[in-house]
Amino acid sequence: MSFDVEQAVGSLQNEFPQNIVNIKEYRNETTILIDKESINKICNYLKHNLDFTFLADLTAVDYLEVKSPRYEVVYHIHRFGPDCEENVRIRLKAELTDSEPTIDSVVSIWSGADWLEREVYDMFGIKFIGHPDLRRILMPEDYEPFPLRKDFDVRNREASKKSFEKALEDGTD
Amino acid sequence: MERVEFISEEEVLLHEDGTRTETMMLNMGPQHPATHGVLRIVLHLDGETVVKAVPYIGYLHRGIEKLCEHITYQQCLPYTDRMDYIASICNNIGYILAVEKLLGIEDEIPERAKTAEVILFELGRIESHLVGIGTNALDLGAMSAFLYCFKERERIYDILETVCGARLTTSYPRVGGLPLDLPDNFEEIVRSFLTIFPKTLNEVDSLLTRNKIWIDRTKGVAVISAEDAIDLGLTGPALRGSGVPYDVRKATPYLGYENYDFEVPVANEGDAYSRYLCRMEEMNQSLKIIDQALDNLPDGPFIADLPDIVLPEKELTYTKMESLIRHFVIVYEGFKPPAGEIQHAVENPKGELSYYLISDGSGKPYRMRVRGPSFVNMQALSQMVEGSLVADVIAAIGSLDIVLGEIDR
Repeated sequence: MSFDVEQAVGSLQNEFPQNIVNIKEYRNETTILIDKESINKICNYLKHNLDFTFLADLTAVDYLEVKSPRYEVVYHIHRFGPDCEENVRIRLKAELTDSEPTIDSVVSIWSGADWLEREVYDMFGIKFIGHPDLRRILMPEDYEPFPLRKDFDVRNREASKKSFEKALEDGTD
Repeated sequence: MERVEFISEEEVLLHEDGTRTETMMLNMGPQHPATHGVLRIVLHLDGETVVKAVPYIGYLHRGIEKLCEHITYQQCLPYTDRMDYIASICNNIGYILAVEKLLGIEDEIPERAKTAEVILFELGRIESHLVGIGTNALDLGAMSAFLYCFKERERIYDILETVCGARLTTSYPRVGGLPLDLPDNFEEIVRSFLTIFPKTLNEVDSLLTRNKIWIDRTKGVAVISAEDAIDLGLTGPALRGSGVPYDVRKATPYLGYENYDFEVPVANEGDAYSRYLCRMEEMNQSLKIIDQALDNLPDGPFIADLPDIVLPEKELTYTKMESLIRHFVIVYEGFKPPAGEIQHAVENPKGELSYYLISDGSGKPYRMRVRGPSFVNMQALSQMVEGSLVADVIAAIGSLDIVLGEIDR
């Protein structure tokens, strides 16, 4: 008997009945919305009990003025199964408020989350608690705004100018 | 100079006999021919041994994900081929498939378009592997293999040019199928490539596979175990070189890959040589797929009959009012996928490329997230090179086959 998404969802529902907020199915993809406090617990369970060993993607979405809480952190988690033949993928989501955009890091569960979480921090300013090295990754280190936030002003060049001038200054020492 | 914050406490090494030595910091890149673009790696060295390697990326960051939030779905297409520009056609097709999934029109795409996309996708794979192997060999001193590879790559560019008019930045298929029918001589030129290419592949094989210097430089170098590879999220030849047979074409087939007879090559050592072997065999498998696709290339429509999504024929926009209006609406407002979100993954030459698209019901993507294989694969570099020699860093970067346009996006 092969493993499928229903089984994974059923098992999660059994194990964490109060942490799962809702479950959606769209275009054959299953999205599970969980509360953000349980992210580590659920990911640990997924990896160690259900064999979801592969973190396919980790990203975030800003829903400014669309819905509240404002942010969603999105995890795509994959299970290969024996000989990579099952391939079950689920999407986990956790909502973060504007006033407290923080969530526990999953680097201790999948080390591949390291750069992905850094990128989310870089682009959205979401802090991952317990991340070993949460620095900006794509933008300059002293850059201030978070570009993928919906209220980022694309026409304002001040932030780039500032970090460019600082780099010039540092270079002339 | 006060900018030394990246030198960590590890700079002083205590040896067993009680002596203390300091590590040296070597800045490799961002302008360095062997970093395949603008990649900077800060190496902390003890003699010639790498103690720590810290990659710094972002020099090529253009904010493609942000840009795409402001333009229509069709306008995003040219941005996708500027990510992995070594295999731009694969990025294009990956994006198109994701949008088609978001629209829910996968079943309406004509067979001819799908089969042509398979052929182009596999040509893109060969193209990328040729660059990967060629530059890896070039970095390690084997100039001739590089020249052989690039000569064949030109042939693929010629095919792409015949099909879509561009060589590097193809921006080719459209949502719904192909913008124009394939040229009349398409089958002929691809067939002639299929007869010429295996000879060159053999030549590259005989130049490298049993070459003592090549083996010495790549065997046992930049090793990563299967567990670590999965844990780090590696995909593509970097994962299969460690013995994990994960290939999106088999795992969650798209474009009808389930109907093609091909194998997923796997090597078990997890070193640079294994990854090289995987790439070589993948090219053979791609040839097999192209051959089957050409045999089954059906005639008939090349683009879906979806008036709300597909542009009308150009001729008609000049002569028919309705077509002109349709053209105008699609270009200005874009087609509007129903609100929802999807992720679609394809097996790019370098690994799993997935697009995560969110639609809010308007003509522009609310969010487009690109999970590029190079970005994730690059994370393995530190682990691969720590404890090895400086020269092996070059071999490791080459064998990971990264492209900075996709890492930085």
